[in-house]
Amino acid sequence: MKLVTAIVKPFKLDDVKNALELIGIAGLTVSEVQGFGRQRGHTEVYRGAEYQVDFVPKVRIEVVVSELDAARVVDAVVEAASTGQIGDGKVWVTTIDEIVRVRTGERGEDAV
Amino acid sequence: MVNTGDTAWILTSAALVLLMTPGLALFYGGMVRAKSVLNMMMMSFGALALISVLWVLYGYSIAFGDSVGGAGLFGSPFEYFGLAGLMEDATSEEGGLPAMAFVGFQAVFAIITVALISGAIADRAKFGAWMVFAGIWATIVYFPVAHWVFAFDGDDVVGGWIANDLLALDFAGGTAVHINAGAAGLALAFVLGKRRGFGREAMRPHNLPLVMIGAGLLWFGWFGFNAGSALAANNTAAVAWVNTLVATGAATLGWLLVEKIRDGHSTSLGAASGVVAGLVAITPACNAVSPVGAILIGVIAGALCALAVGLKYALGYDDSLDVVGVHLVGGLWGTIAIGFLASAESPAGVDGLFYGGGVDQLWRQVVGAVAVMLFSFVVTWIIGTVIQKTMGFRITEEDEITGIDNVLHAESGYDLASLGSSGSTAPLAGQARATSTDSLARNTERTMA
Repeated sequence: MKLVTAIVKPFKLDDVKNALELIGIAGLTVSEVQGFGRQRGHTEVYRGAEYQVDFVPKVRIEVVVSELDAARVVDAVVEAASTGQIGDGKVWVTTIDEIVRVRTGERGEDAV
Repeated sequence: MVNTGDTAWILTSAALVLLMTPGLALFYGGMVRAKSVLNMMMMSFGALALISVLWVLYGYSIAFGDSVGGAGLFGSPFEYFGLAGLMEDATSEEGGLPAMAFVGFQAVFAIITVALISGAIADRAKFGAWMVFAGIWATIVYFPVAHWVFAFDGDDVVGGWIANDLLALDFAGGTAVHINAGAAGLALAFVLGKRRGFGREAMRPHNLPLVMIGAGLLWFGWFGFNAGSALAANNTAAVAWVNTLVATGAATLGWLLVEKIRDGHSTSLGAASGVVAGLVAITPACNAVSPVGAILIGVIAGALCALAVGLKYALGYDDSLDVVGVHLVGGLWGTIAIGFLASAESPAGVDGLFYGGGVDQLWRQVVGAVAVMLFSFVVTWIIGTVIQKTMGFRITEEDEITGIDNVLHAESGYDLASLGSSGSTAPLAGQARATSTDSLARNTERTMA
């Protein structure tokens, strides 16, 4: 069982969601996050005073998948989220020890 | 007999000017960080509350009573104490305003002048100290200066020296309101010192839409401020109204143009600031210049103030919301500009330097402006320093970083987190105030039970 975590540009969220639905992914979790990478932040000006805003808004998408699906999911996210510009984000995969579906109590692969 | 048309207009104008102070609270409140929006707005509401009472008790009497000793400096606080004797209709056969209409109209000027100062000391002043300051400042600075500028000689009554002896023109308060508040703001910024992290940390406005609404309300109310200062529903009021409109538009263009050229972007904060800069500058001049003169005053005010707000970084004082850059600089420009741009065709009937009037009016304007600026700066600095050394004016560093709303008012401006912000309440209001561990423990028990 794998957890695929993707940090992407906010306007790419719909594209990523649609791409995942197309390959049959049944659920995901999103959250609004802030951070910086090579894109750094941006500058704002108030009454002539410049402020460096360090953190850029991004969307974090988390998907729990079975071991076999992980590579396909990663490829789908990367393809959907890419603009070729700096600041497109990152995708990573981690291993999950245990999953429980709260409603039924199912565990492991059955709960994915 | 009361002139009903004039009275209706002045009472309406007074209500318009009153709305400027809540408008100012929004204008200032949006410009500070989210953790101090309530304290910023409370300083304006505190002025509304306190100055209303002081004005009725003795403020009107100091400002518009017969000049003590005929010196033109201030009236006696006892002449009309509690507005004694002003409830009867004393208007003559030819008609006129009830005294109370004038009392009300001038009251709201006193209120907003005090509230304007608060922008210089955002995020860091004790509320109690601010209220003490507001009362003392109104008493020994605003009420006398209003006498200097707004109290005209009457039958058997001696008024103020700027209005009657110097003969400087100040229609609606470029000196008494804006230079006065601006110089006071500068003095208080020195007394209180800089905010923690000034010039290093980002202190950007937390809610620009509030600032825009505030600027809009100020502009709306300002028609009462300027056109109402005609004290009649007449041609002078109409000229003042149009000049107030066009100078403000021109100032906004001027500010935005400076930003576009210097920073590359025309900003919403710049537009809101340009509105106020234009309103400030046209205030003293709105009955003395032609509409084209008003455009010149406005566009120069917008550009000048857009440049002046940068002074605080160069000179190292933390006039947090630019009371100096907008009100002092805009007020000085508008007051002195009358000396150049006054036109005898306007209701004031005086020619300035550019209209062939020579420097006669110009020097009077400069003397009036500088006198109010120096008096206000020096006396404010003394009041502020005395408060700082006795009761303390500034909150502690820890409280400032935590946020003044939370520490001083036990409130927060926004409840934005939908999870985990509900907490639990004490069943009795009094217990919400208690902070000892003892009462916390009691509350916890109650909640668990």
